[in-house]
Amino acid sequence: MWTYNKVLQYPINIKCPNPKLAKFIISQYGGPDGELAASLRYLSQRFAMPDQNAKAILNDIGTEELAHLEMVGTIVHQLTKNVCPEDLEKAGLGAYYTDHGVDVYPQSAAGTPFTAAYIATKGDPIANLQEDLAAEQKARATYEKLIDLCKDDPDVLDPLRFLRQREIVHFQRFGEALRGVQDKLAEKKFYMGNCTKKINPECC
Amino acid sequence: MDTTDNYMNRNMNCNCNMNDTMLLQNMNSNMMDNSNCCCCKPSRQESIATYSYQFTNRENDNCGETQPTRAEMLEEIRCLGFAVVDIAQYLNTHPDDSKALCLHREYSEQLRDLKDKYQKVYGPLSIYYPCNSWRWLEEPWPWERSDF
Repeated sequence: MWTYNKVLQYPINIKCPNPKLAKFIISQYGGPDGELAASLRYLSQRFAMPDQNAKAILNDIGTEELAHLEMVGTIVHQLTKNVCPEDLEKAGLGAYYTDHGVDVYPQSAAGTPFTAAYIATKGDPIANLQEDLAAEQKARATYEKLIDLCKDDPDVLDPLRFLRQREIVHFQRFGEALRGVQDKLAEKKFYMGNCTKKINPECC
Repeated sequence: MDTTDNYMNRNMNCNCNMNDTMLLQNMNSNMMDNSNCCCCKPSRQESIATYSYQFTNRENDNCGETQPTRAEMLEEIRCLGFAVVDIAQYLNTHPDDSKALCLHREYSEQLRDLKDKYQKVYGPLSIYYPCNSWRWLEEPWPWERSDF
């Protein structure tokens, strides 16, 4: 269950609209390594995660990603606010304007609509956590590319830098969770009774 | 320095010339060294050393001379909210770190009190706050540009 807090996680106040930047940044809203994919990935993986620490990490990072989704949507909205259709067209958003106006639509920078194919739930805690680690690095790399493209506008740069830093912290937390799961799997197992084969203790 | 810069400095520890990886290492190593932590209200100095959050106006809150503005209160709510979230995630993989637990308690109590104070004046931050009139509708919403 979630509660909405009427405050952004990090302040965003963009004074100069710039639809060109919005066209790129929207990838972190609904693109392959965007915040929507991140949130859905973690929140879906948490249900069957057997490890106590990893479960909590997936839940809480998945929740924070929703706050990041709101931040990215806010950046896109403020960058395109009060921009006339002609200027949107000049910025390469003519096709976008045709289908979505100035609403925020989850799509990649290249215009591919969001798809659940961006995420994986593999039914295996190690595979899932490795996927999460890679996802955080891919998101960090995407933010760094966006930062390269937004160098002229500190109002946009600042929240992007914050979001990039969070990817790094999340990578650290997932790494710790993965190590915990691996340590647990490496522990010596003791079986009672006449069970001779090595089997998953949870099935006994 | 505008308010955004302040926020950045507090949260990202930029004033110590640390990059984010160093901040992480610093935070992790400091928090794991919890041998000296026996109280739930670490001194200002102590909490800055481990997890660098400093808030403006804290000392002036009750003296009536310089009341924090709406923007300042909201900024502090964001800062405290961030601290609570970040420490909570850290605690998920370091549940036995008593120093981190102390900080979590300190910041979440401060956040609760400050939110209470803010909502009494400026209206609800969530629909769970009791209202006499339905102020939830008041603009701006977080995604709309505003001065606070």
